[in-house]
Amino acid sequence: MPRLPITKTPKVYVGGAFIRSESGRTFPLKNARGALVGHIPQCTRKDLRNAVEAAAKAGPGWARRTAYNRGQILYRLAEMIEARTAELTAALALGEPKAQPASLREVGATVDRLIHYAGWADKYEQLLGSVNPVAAPYFNFTVSEPMGIIGMIAPAEAPLLALISLIAPAIVSGNSVIALASEPRPFAAIVLGEMLATSDLPGGVVNLLTGFHKELIPTFATHQHLRAISGVAPIDERTTIERGAADSIKRVKLRPSEDSFDWYGPHAQGLDAIRDLVEFKTIWHPIGA
Amino acid sequence: MSAAKAAKPSRRISRPAPELIFGDFWTFDPSPETADPKLKARYDLFIGGNFIAPAAGGYFASINPANEQRLTEIALGDATDVTAAYAAAAKAFPAWSRLPGAERGKYLFRIARLLQDRAREFAVAETLDGGKPIKESRDFDIPMSAAHFFYYAGWADKLAHAFPGAREVNPHGVVGQVIPWNFPLLMLAWKLAPALATGNTVVLKPAETTSITALKLAEILQEAELPPGVVNIVTGAGETGAAVVAHPGAAKIAFTGSTEVGRRIMRATAGTGRKLTLELGGKAANIVFDDAPLDQAVEGIVNGIFFNQGHVCCAGSRLLVQESVAEAVIAKLKNRMRVLRVGDPMDKNTDIGAINSREQLDRIQRLVATGSKEGAKLYQPACKLPPKGYYFPPTLFTGVHQSHRIAREEIFGPVLSILTFRTVEEAVEKANNTAYGLSAGVWTEKGSRILKMSTELKAGVVWANTYNKFDPASPFGGYKESGFGREGGRHGLADYVTTD
Repeated sequence: MPRLPITKTPKVYVGGAFIRSESGRTFPLKNARGALVGHIPQCTRKDLRNAVEAAAKAGPGWARRTAYNRGQILYRLAEMIEARTAELTAALALGEPKAQPASLREVGATVDRLIHYAGWADKYEQLLGSVNPVAAPYFNFTVSEPMGIIGMIAPAEAPLLALISLIAPAIVSGNSVIALASEPRPFAAIVLGEMLATSDLPGGVVNLLTGFHKELIPTFATHQHLRAISGVAPIDERTTIERGAADSIKRVKLRPSEDSFDWYGPHAQGLDAIRDLVEFKTIWHPIGA
Repeated sequence: MSAAKAAKPSRRISRPAPELIFGDFWTFDPSPETADPKLKARYDLFIGGNFIAPAAGGYFASINPANEQRLTEIALGDATDVTAAYAAAAKAFPAWSRLPGAERGKYLFRIARLLQDRAREFAVAETLDGGKPIKESRDFDIPMSAAHFFYYAGWADKLAHAFPGAREVNPHGVVGQVIPWNFPLLMLAWKLAPALATGNTVVLKPAETTSITALKLAEILQEAELPPGVVNIVTGAGETGAAVVAHPGAAKIAFTGSTEVGRRIMRATAGTGRKLTLELGGKAANIVFDDAPLDQAVEGIVNGIFFNQGHVCCAGSRLLVQESVAEAVIAKLKNRMRVLRVGDPMDKNTDIGAINSREQLDRIQRLVATGSKEGAKLYQPACKLPPKGYYFPPTLFTGVHQSHRIAREEIFGPVLSILTFRTVEEAVEKANNTAYGLSAGVWTEKGSRILKMSTELKAGVVWANTYNKFDPASPFGGYKESGFGREGGRHGLADYVTTD
């Protein structure tokens, strides 16, 4: 007699814990054949605020880690994903055999993306910072610092690769992140949480929310403690975010969802993505006996 | 005589020299700067390489804030003029952006040199128009403006080196730039030089009260034979600025000014896809530790808050002084303030000139009144202010709490709020307890503490044992509500290009 398998309840990863939405609301996720995959948490503004609180606690410690250590942890996250390739592939394909090869490719590209950024951890500063030859007796230099807590809006497509392509360049410099997963395809983000939890990344550095973008974006836009918003959004959401961002002069780095973008291409990774989410600080240090 | 004095060193040790209190005992003879600013009776808009009358035909008076006399009249540009300026800039863009970088750079070098040639004339014009002391416009504003053009001129043919890994470095197109009245020509240079070096063309809107040096610079652009339309200058008030910011022809907007206007610009450009950089207000902490060289620190505090009448976004307007030396620092500071000379900006001995406008003077007076009302203790040295013109004496407040408006809001005038702290942690906590994050100052003899503090302070610029130092090679810009983007240095190029 075949054994009846245990299904896993989808939970989101916030503050290092796996939670359902505080509201108890969920929405059913079905696969291409109409079978139920699970009831996905429909996160609320309150969940977002709780996530920001968790990020605010974890952020300073993460930012103080050495660059080498952050690189090690990103690499560890890649190891965790590689080891669970089958599970993530299944989470992307949702039982659709035709989707299997593309899903496998996406998981592979995600691991490679993390390796790319793991390697950047102790190098980007050497390219982004500078020593400035001022006409006065000062050692003048510019260094980058993380911005703080970044709100991230994932696009509908490439629900794993795009999500990691947004998160990795943010956390490599010491930012912490509240990411809103792909609305139509949130399941990979649910599974990704489990890899984040086992990767040595301190809880609260990356927080993943699932739910309806329309519902959450106004709060992302105006939350005072989010220092920047990055990701992908359509014109109406971009406008909402940019208007709301004015309240606290938030940095907005959004790519239009109307433009097609190759998440596998060379433009989907690199130094620019790291530069977008750091602040530059210039220090005038006196020279004298 | 000096030999005789040198022979008795013991006397100096036993009896310290009395404080030199100048006050009204020693009067200075006037020492006015007399160079001719070569002002025209009327200034038109600068569009497509020519000076042209505004479409609606309106002009407004430019007033000397030092004596409230009319200097000249300035064209009042409106939306029609702004559209004409954007059309001229769009027309000039293809040729300008395709010009080899080395050639673009040569135009900027020319501008720098021509500005150096006419430096004194520009300094006088700047002081007459804005009210800042002639020694500042002469020794700081104008030479620093020329230096900025010189610095970015050299970048024009080296852009590929500035962005490691980029396959292409491209200008945005037409850039709309709106600049403030506190450093009129310098802010223009900060905006124009990197925009032009990277191949953008520009529509620039000077501040209403300080348009003269921008239009004098337009004369230099003609002398330098800069291609018509590469730089267009539209003068006017807030509505003109709003038209520049909202124009669909702008690929990017660069603004320096108040946080409040910065917010409005963010809302106005939301959803347009226009790039944006903002250099906004500040409420910087200037932190003095007990091991600091106190006399040097007092000079730095004075420079931090009274430079340019305190009309400086990065002014050190919150003094945080360690409790054990607070009394000594405040006493020294009051002594130093007593010898500051407030008055005619054209006098070469003047330390604090005129407040830029009646409106700004009103704002300073209102906030200072609030400071007293909220319970802080006011100190102003006795000083005679000129009967005409807009002046405000150097002012400090002791007993300031973090919740006081004078500790939270940007006053943009010669008004210092003093708070104290006991530990390094408390200093950091108080310094960062602000919505702003433009700059900070640290005074200590301990190098490791300087580096620790500069790591902890949430500010774009940290000065250690100095304040209000600027250099074309040194990036400048804010954290938090002080805006985003950097001006100066290699970092100043990034906001004027897209990399691919």
